Amino acid sequence: MTTATAARFSADDLDATFAALADRTRRAMVAKLARGAASVLELAEPHDMSQPAISKHLKVLERAGLITRGRDAQRRPCRLEPRRLKLVADWIATYREYWEESYARLDDVLQELQGQPPAKQKEQERSHAHVTKARSHRRTR
Amino acid sequence: MPTSRKLEVIAAPDKPTIVTRRTFDAPRALVFDAWTKPEYIKRWMGPRNMEMVVCEIDLRVGGGYRFVHRTPDGQEFGIHGTYREISRPDRLASTYVFELFPDAESLETLVLEETAGQTTAITTTVHKTIQNRDGHLANGAMEVGMNEGYARLDELLPDLKRAA
Repeated sequence: MTTATAARFSADDLDATFAALADRTRRAMVAKLARGAASVLELAEPHDMSQPAISKHLKVLERAGLITRGRDAQRRPCRLEPRRLKLVADWIATYREYWEESYARLDDVLQELQGQPPAKQKEQERSHAHVTKARSHRRTR
Repeated sequence: MPTSRKLEVIAAPDKPTIVTRRTFDAPRALVFDAWTKPEYIKRWMGPRNMEMVVCEIDLRVGGGYRFVHRTPDGQEFGIHGTYREISRPDRLASTYVFELFPDAESLETLVLEETAGQTTAITTTVHKTIQNRDGHLANGAMEVGMNEGYARLDELLPDLKRAA
């Protein structure tokens, strides 16, 4: 996650967003909204659910910052807020990156254990990336 | 023949687990050792910009491990757990506690499958708090959210890119 993202959103925001996405109805709504704005009726259509239940789900998504709702009293179209979803995507990418990086180093350890030199070129690229990242990390603080 | 080094991260929406798969170009006994001996673990496990400053392992069932990573600016993050099952070269199970969140213990299982000299490492993380997913613990709800979020967000990302 970049420092800028971390500064804009708090850990509480992330909690609220994950909690909102912990429900399959709400995920289906988010998936539909990713294809464009939709009315409450359109969002309710695939779900066998009462109007108050649908409204409750939309309120959870709205409070989590995942959607916004239009002011038009009749229709109140819902829109996805991609920035908030990106926060979650970044968090997951960090998890993936952690293991991808670790496993790349494990490749080298395993090669060495088998009596082969580690891939030198890759090793250099990696340590260079490390230095660049560490520097930019310091600059942002 | 080039090895597929792609990391798969899988989370079934209705199960409290995260599964990762990755293939390595080595027999599984070596992979098992790299996963259980401090002199090797130190060299690969953890974030790139952190140094592993503590790596203690008591490799027997009921024995424990503790790893501490240090960031370039001196903050330290500890992980510890207890070995539940040790079966070289194909299976290792342990608990896992990230010390910043001491109540959220999870269970980790490593399975190593070898084919033609290549080993696929399959890790499964089961979050204990989700076993109580029908309870009302706030932590549990949060964990469910994370794990289900993994799976569903992978599906959502292409749509999200178009929407952004």
